[in-house]
Amino acid sequence: MAGEGVPAVTFQGVCRHFGEVRAVDEVSFSIADGEFFSMLGPSGSGKTTCLRLIAGFERPDRGHIQVHGVNVEGVPPFDRDVNTVFQDYALFPHMSVGENVEYGLMIRKVPRAERRKRAEEMLGLVKLDGLYARRPGQLSGGQRQRVALARALINRPRVLLLDEPLGALDLKLREAMQAELKTIQRQVGITFVYVTHDQGEALSMSDRLAVFNHGRIEQIGAPAEVYDHPATQFVAGFVGQTNLLEGYLAQRLGGFPASYAVRPERIRILPAEAEVPPGFASIDGRVSAVTYLGANSRVEVEVDEGGRLQVVEQNVEGGMAMEGRAPGTAVRLVIERRHIQAVSESR
Amino acid sequence: MRSSSRQGPRAGIGLKAATLGAVLFLHVPLLIIILYAFSIEERSFQFPIPGFTTQWFAVAWEREDVRRALWLSVKVGAIATAAALVMGTLAAAAVWRSRFFGREAISLLLILPIALPGIITGISLRSAMGLLEIPFSTWTLVIGHATFCIVVVYNNVLARFRRTSRALIEASMDLGANGFQTLRHVILPNIATALLAGGMLAFALSFDEVIVTTFTAGQQATLPIWMLSELIRPRQRPVTNVVAVFVIAVTFIPIVLAFYLTRDTQDTAGALK
Repeated sequence: MAGEGVPAVTFQGVCRHFGEVRAVDEVSFSIADGEFFSMLGPSGSGKTTCLRLIAGFERPDRGHIQVHGVNVEGVPPFDRDVNTVFQDYALFPHMSVGENVEYGLMIRKVPRAERRKRAEEMLGLVKLDGLYARRPGQLSGGQRQRVALARALINRPRVLLLDEPLGALDLKLREAMQAELKTIQRQVGITFVYVTHDQGEALSMSDRLAVFNHGRIEQIGAPAEVYDHPATQFVAGFVGQTNLLEGYLAQRLGGFPASYAVRPERIRILPAEAEVPPGFASIDGRVSAVTYLGANSRVEVEVDEGGRLQVVEQNVEGGMAMEGRAPGTAVRLVIERRHIQAVSESR
Repeated sequence: MRSSSRQGPRAGIGLKAATLGAVLFLHVPLLIIILYAFSIEERSFQFPIPGFTTQWFAVAWEREDVRRALWLSVKVGAIATAAALVMGTLAAAAVWRSRFFGREAISLLLILPIALPGIITGISLRSAMGLLEIPFSTWTLVIGHATFCIVVVYNNVLARFRRTSRALIEASMDLGANGFQTLRHVILPNIATALLAGGMLAFALSFDEVIVTTFTAGQQATLPIWMLSELIRPRQRPVTNVVAVFVIAVTFIPIVLAFYLTRDTQDTAGALK
């Protein structure tokens, strides 16, 4: 999916400080042409500032930013070949939906008839056919979001920046839009840079993602890579659920007194005294709590020697009939050794 | 608080009577002023009026002193309003958009002329003009009136700005518009009704201003000043009332319009943050 040749966006040692706050601190990465790249992190981690640096609303204090191989230092937002879908959509309230979508073309003095035609096309792409004459105030949140997307895409930017575009939508709508955004991205073939704090969103949509924390990137990689091999404790904890093993548990299961992360669904629960398969580590304990979650259940196990592990089991059999999972039951936990992932302290 | 909500308790008969009394007390004199403009008696005010005529409107229009005062008032009001529109909007934009040293102080200084008694503004302006040896002219009046006209525009426009998302400007720039294009296509349409309302309020304020005018006019007479002098040594009394009717109309209509303009746009401008 990632194209060859010149990267769409490159950051080299970029810093942006607001007073004492290091919003972006020595960040370097590059985004391939045509890639769906997510910047994931908690609020205040620097991901939105990075997006604004690409758009041109912020200037780096240090470092270099290139868009398609061209240094963009000193280039104002209106001269950059990137467009943004804003978090609160920022639709122009005094214009109709169609006029909003056409805005970029109007500024570029595209003739009225062509503007209209392309706006209708774009509204079709985002499934808002027939809403040309409406006012933004008459639309639902999901529809406004689509207008914002159409307004950015109509300019055929080489890079589209999306700042938590689904943040204001409810869960069902958000999931539908995730799939749709991905489809649209494939259709138009534009590089998407997607800022989100929702790790599920980042995992399901991205070709690659960067995990931000305190203005720095903790890890960059494909979703499965980041999920299966989290580089740091922070990444292990922020992307998906995790059991962080330290002290005794680390020594026992990992072999060294370091830090390890184990995903709850990678632990299997066997009856006490069961035989441990080759290539697996094992530890004994007792079930302390079970939480039914529908598709799966979360089982908490109190390890005999101290410590606690969470296990997620799929509810293949259905119902609440979880034999051998009653609190107090003695169990043996086994984990394939390759799933015990060494993680470093967060940088 | 509860009585202001739509489903609040119904007002009692006593409250209704008191309200009616207050409204009558405030507005019946206005009606009488208007009535006297149609009286045939020209030396004194008589109630009820001895006869009805519309001749004073023609007489007022023919009088050179009335025309001169009217023209001066219109000129001063228009120029002061125009200046206030430009400067008030720029000041509001600066206070809204950026944080800078002394921002709060500037905000306060802008509002001060409306909080200060007019007589203070008037005296200080007059002494400043005296010190600088500026001769009285239309322009000294314009300066005096602009002090409070700016406040009205500033307040209206700033209120509108505060309900406008800053992201709109970024969105416009992001879509390829430079500063001037953003001003024209996004900022001005968004604050247009606020400008209109502020402008009309400013003009209405200027049109009936007396105190600051007294200190900055010299020998010139605006319409309200002319009325004052006319009350002291009357000549064709009903003409004063005709002028009064005119002043009521010129100040009342813009204020009502301004009220409706800002009220109706409140929701649409705020809806999208």
